[in-house]
Amino acid sequence: MDMLYKVFIEPFVFMGEAPDLLIQTLWEGLVSGVLYALIALGFVLIFKASGVFNFAQGIMVVFAALILVGLYEKGVPAFLALILAALAMLVLAMVVERVVLRPLVNQPDIILFMATFGLTYFLIGFGELIFGGNPREMITEQLFLPQGTTEIGAFGGSIRLQHLDIAAAIIASIMIGLLAVFFSKTRIGRALRAVADSHKAALSVGISLNQIWVIVWFAAGIVALVAGIMWGARSGVSFSLQIIALKALPVLILGGFTSIPGAIIGGLIVGVGEKLGEFYWGPLVGGGVETWLAYVIALLFLLYRPQGLFGEKIIERI
Amino acid sequence: MLYREAGQFKTNYVADSAIFPLREDRIGLALIILAAYALAFFGSNFLLQAVLIPFLVFSLAAIGLNILTGYTGLLSLGTGAFMGVGAYACYKLMTAFPGVNVIVWIFVSGFFSAAIGALFGLPSLRIKGFYLAVATLAAQFFLQWCFIRIPWLVNYNVSGALDAPLRTLFGIPIMGPNATPQTRYLLVLTIVILLTWLASNLVHGRIGRMWIAIRDMDLAAELMGIRPLQTKLLAFAVSSYYCGVAGALLVFLWYGGAEYDVFNINQSFFILFMVIIGGLGSLIGSFFGAALIFILPIVLGIVLPAMLSPFGLSVGADVIEHLRFMIVGALIIFFLIVEPHGLARLWQIGKQKLLVWPFPY
Repeated sequence: MDMLYKVFIEPFVFMGEAPDLLIQTLWEGLVSGVLYALIALGFVLIFKASGVFNFAQGIMVVFAALILVGLYEKGVPAFLALILAALAMLVLAMVVERVVLRPLVNQPDIILFMATFGLTYFLIGFGELIFGGNPREMITEQLFLPQGTTEIGAFGGSIRLQHLDIAAAIIASIMIGLLAVFFSKTRIGRALRAVADSHKAALSVGISLNQIWVIVWFAAGIVALVAGIMWGARSGVSFSLQIIALKALPVLILGGFTSIPGAIIGGLIVGVGEKLGEFYWGPLVGGGVETWLAYVIALLFLLYRPQGLFGEKIIERI
Repeated sequence: MLYREAGQFKTNYVADSAIFPLREDRIGLALIILAAYALAFFGSNFLLQAVLIPFLVFSLAAIGLNILTGYTGLLSLGTGAFMGVGAYACYKLMTAFPGVNVIVWIFVSGFFSAAIGALFGLPSLRIKGFYLAVATLAAQFFLQWCFIRIPWLVNYNVSGALDAPLRTLFGIPIMGPNATPQTRYLLVLTIVILLTWLASNLVHGRIGRMWIAIRDMDLAAELMGIRPLQTKLLAFAVSSYYCGVAGALLVFLWYGGAEYDVFNINQSFFILFMVIIGGLGSLIGSFFGAALIFILPIVLGIVLPAMLSPFGLSVGADVIEHLRFMIVGALIIFFLIVEPHGLARLWQIGKQKLLVWPFPY
């Protein structure tokens, strides 16, 4: 009985007693949720247009941030470094298309998935070889990202909002909005959706698959760059950031692999869920539940709805 | 004319359905096994300790994952955690019942891993493909968290680490600080051969056919009367059994002691690499994959500096480490492009060529 009380009643009583803490936790969850969604977006872009489950998205986030910081440290001005990092992602997209995707076209999904594993290892080695494996600071000031915190007194306490988090949420939202417009309004966006629907049909109306692949990988690279800057500003640029990228996977599961709104909503659910879980229920089992809570939520959710929130329903026929 | 099918007649069904129908194949296998045992007496301690024991352990884990991914078609990223379950179960059993011989506990610990594996395999009926892969990640992170947070698992050891106690067989130490690499190698080799033989019989028999049917087309298999849930759970259980035993061997017969961190997500990826490079759905491929992924970096670490030194280039250990990552990554992509069916397919092609040699076909 005591345990049941601690699990089902006490956290809610605590939430009611200290609403400022609750709102603080929710805010932190929302911010990390937006950033998870940003990483997940990179996965969705590539999965939608080519059916490749791109495991390398996590390392692309690190790699892009590393190029940016590494170039800046070598004396390149911050904004030039930003442009060069974006260009590097374009080069990466072209190389991946030419070296990995083109020879492996029509192979089973798992083979392409493994190829992105190879890409991951290659990028880890390459990144460390050029820039070294030491963790470093993101150049927040030079990119004119706001710093400092605001305290708002409300709900019988005070809520601390980091300016960087607000900026991250705004930039991520703009990014997501731009991608949505890009997908629905532009010519290339329509071509991308056609490719996602059916490779063969798209080819037959004269859409170049190779070109489309370069574009989606480049778009995913830009998303990775933005995610890298934001995560890097919060927790430094290092190869351990990859683990954060793995968090994007339960986000994808919740949202469905092919849905952009799904990635956003999934990200928010995971971000808020794991912060609430860690803060209110974590102490009951000794803390650290943040490492697996998202996955277990995703797993339980899948049992109820196997295709995710917005995923395409898999219909099986014989 | 080393290798001929002609003249080898089968007069009964047992001979016809043998796994190695050709006499040359059987002789070759016997020679390989003999050579493997002989290595224990001729190989240096470095070779046994740093190359052959881990190679065998990883081969066993790769066989386990291959049963699940290659034969049944269920992608799993939680291999490392299932290995951990085996290791922790073995530790608890060994220390709780020190009177029973440790070899018994190595085999029994696999059953704990099998039970946990089957538990996490439960969603596999509803979830497929990459969705299932992410579900197994839940197992990976949850179990790893358990290894850290439950001190009971390591008998409230303050360091939180597993360590191999001294255990003997016929008075010879086989585990713990006094065991020589030779005895440990022989033990690992025997266990791996035994379990490989068992796996070979499983996948070539009724159960293996059920797994393959599920992999190739689960709906058709269901229509033929194969029950998908039971078959998939069995695959999860058997696969986790192999991984669990491999985990116990890894900690107690290779490292001699380890922390929870050995069973992290990278270990799972590492073993998945071996399975894919070696060849999905092939037992011998598991050995090839383990050899390539595990031994190749060791060889590179020795060969690269030797290759670069004539040019007056000396490279630091960290640079070699980075190059190793790059080369392994590039090789994975290269192999996938050149031979997506893995090294096992190359082996098969080689045997086919020998069979018809000196004629082209």
